[in-house]
Amino acid sequence: MTASTTTNHALPMLELRGLGKSFELHHQDDTHLDVLSDIDLTLHAGECVVLSGPSGAGKSSLLRVVYGNYRTSRGTVRVRHDGDWLDLTEATPHQVLDVRRRTLGYVSQFLRVIPRVPALDVVAGPLVEAGAHVEEARDRSSALLRRLNVPERLWRLPPGTFSGGEQQRVNIARGLIVARPLLLLDEPTASLDGGNRDVVAELLQEASAAGTAVLGIFHDDDMRHRVATRLFPMRQLSIA
Amino acid sequence: MSALLQVRGLSHHYGQRVGCQDVSFDLHPGELLCIVGESGSGKSTLLKTVAAQLTASSGSVRYHQRDDSWLDLNELDEAGRRRLAREEWGFVTQNPRDGLRLNVSAGANVAERLMAKGMRNYGQLRAIAKGWLERVEIDPARVDDAPTSFSGGMQQRLQIARTLVTQPRLVFMDEPTAGLDVSVQARILDLLRRLVNELGLAAVMVTHDLAVARLLAARTMVMQGGRVVETGLTDQILDDPQHPYTQLLVSSVLTT
Amino acid sequence: MTSDYNFAFLDENTKRMLRRALLKAVAIPGYQVPFGSREMPLPYGWGTGGIQLTAALLGPDDVLKVIDQGADDTTNAVNIRRFFARVTGVATTERTSEASVIQTRHRIPETPLREDQILVFQVPEPEPLRTLEPREAETRTLHALADYGLMHVKLYEDIAQYGHIATSYDYPVLVDGRFLTSPSPIPKFDNPKLDRSPALMLFGAGREKRLYAIPPYTHVESLAFDDHPFEIQRWEQQCQLCGSGDSYLDEVVTDDRGSRLFVCSDTDYCGQRRAEPAA
Repeated sequence: MTASTTTNHALPMLELRGLGKSFELHHQDDTHLDVLSDIDLTLHAGECVVLSGPSGAGKSSLLRVVYGNYRTSRGTVRVRHDGDWLDLTEATPHQVLDVRRRTLGYVSQFLRVIPRVPALDVVAGPLVEAGAHVEEARDRSSALLRRLNVPERLWRLPPGTFSGGEQQRVNIARGLIVARPLLLLDEPTASLDGGNRDVVAELLQEASAAGTAVLGIFHDDDMRHRVATRLFPMRQLSIA
Repeated sequence: MSALLQVRGLSHHYGQRVGCQDVSFDLHPGELLCIVGESGSGKSTLLKTVAAQLTASSGSVRYHQRDDSWLDLNELDEAGRRRLAREEWGFVTQNPRDGLRLNVSAGANVAERLMAKGMRNYGQLRAIAKGWLERVEIDPARVDDAPTSFSGGMQQRLQIARTLVTQPRLVFMDEPTAGLDVSVQARILDLLRRLVNELGLAAVMVTHDLAVARLLAARTMVMQGGRVVETGLTDQILDDPQHPYTQLLVSSVLTT
Repeated sequence: MTSDYNFAFLDENTKRMLRRALLKAVAIPGYQVPFGSREMPLPYGWGTGGIQLTAALLGPDDVLKVIDQGADDTTNAVNIRRFFARVTGVATTERTSEASVIQTRHRIPETPLREDQILVFQVPEPEPLRTLEPREAETRTLHALADYGLMHVKLYEDIAQYGHIATSYDYPVLVDGRFLTSPSPIPKFDNPKLDRSPALMLFGAGREKRLYAIPPYTHVESLAFDDHPFEIQRWEQQCQLCGSGDSYLDEVVTDDRGSRLFVCSDTDYCGQRRAEPAA
């Protein structure tokens, strides 16, 4: 494993060119904040690229820009969607939504709780949105929750009251239930114990083996070593 | 995918005063779009103009019909507008008492649109009404009770049942949860989320509550002074607001 | 005739205005035509609409009958009959079969009507949708669009509250498959007589300034649900005076100990039957 770009004959899935992100904070003395600059990255099918660098280097921001959660200030984010390249920085919201539904998954650090929706359906949701039958989606959801050791008695409850670790596992299950070819992971294992990390590592390795391209942030070295095929170093931009 | 509704350059003026100005957007089938902004920003005016309850001062609204033809609302007469409002669309008002018929039973409220469409079997109407009460979590045993005996949250759920009973393709909602307790709100939002998914409804919802937009809508439009100042994916607008007004709106949200 | 009034009380221009409105009403069966209702020498609610219509219709050769709840001898009927006798000098009668114009409050005679007869109804509220929709502009739009689901809301509500359609008078009808119409507060027992009646039926609402018509032989349908069809009242009793088993009966309390008498509401019909020699 090296930090340099290795030649890869697998299909490129994601291509970032000259990517930059700045924030203009209109109500805070019109502060201009550069968080990303000149990022070039190509991600291939089956690869797991882990972003490395100090806190504040913009790793989470990069994932958010790729996901379309943040708008791009400069450069392009090209995604292979339905076999064709699509530049997300120029895509319509409807196109971005379609990419998210079928091509691009994102697991954040924290589960966004939906009031009154039980964990089983929180996880099954994306699969239903992707067109699966509710029963089939619930079966997949059950299997994932079981594998991630979420106690069965919790499945029927909304995850609002779950512990941090339980919520994170529900979140991972939700992120992985649809087998999308591109996966963004923002420290999905931060509050998991060793046993559950092993499960997540296994799940990610299975996804990679199936051709999923992963771009992620993992804080602990052990996890990073187990899943990363390559590191992508990032450094903090000097504040102008 | 083709749009269900196409709004172009839509304006409504109250005399010299601007209600909404030069608004354009597309709504796709099965999509829920939120319009956010503070009181007086023109959200409700826009909603009512799109829903043909107010006459557009300029601009157009086009509706994609089931037979794949486009209907220009400017060219529609009163009969056509009413047919559309009754059979294809629904409108949920902020105050359920404005959208309900308070002097008749809950069952009659739910069944009214079916009767307007020509259904003439009492037993069937009543069975459907009961089924819908159950769907909106009202005890079907209360089918003959007057809506005045219901709580505010129940009245709002009754209005939702009354609106959705004819399975409209497009529903307009004007602050459907404003003025309700937080717990009651959560229940209605969950209900709306579920029904919109189950029925594959498209919806335009006006709200001043950004959390509502985050929970329900994939896309959001931000209005200020009658104009749309920002539009896009809801999470993008809330997490990376661009326009000064949107930044102010997002930073003004109280978090618990 | 020694009256100082114009023939039939109203001036000729007013009568002309009324006739024009009546022609329009006949041309659009069930449609409520606005008219310039005049002050009449009796209060609103006493039949001012019906009286104006009758005044516009009567000619010197007409024979007038006036009934109130089927009876020729009640205050309202007696006064209106006397009024027209004074201001027109036309002949009056209590016999349904002899009359050319019959003004009625709340009944249709039991004796079948003929093509050469006109029935004039006194109408307190011409708008059948009014109790559900108070806005006149809205009810007019609903009529224009034939958007009548609302009326069934009322019938639905009846069944929900009483187990059957409890509306027993002023029962809404659809005239000629087009206009929802109030038959005036006649008992629903009389509704079937509206359907394809040989006689012209005219309706006048003086306070509300509306008149409408059901021309001869027009189809008049009483609204209902498929599983709750329209039904008329039936009595276990027969008329205790004439023995009729198929006329509309009034229940008359005869003393303060609860004794009751069931008699025909149509006094002429009852009297005729009693006068006939027993077969």
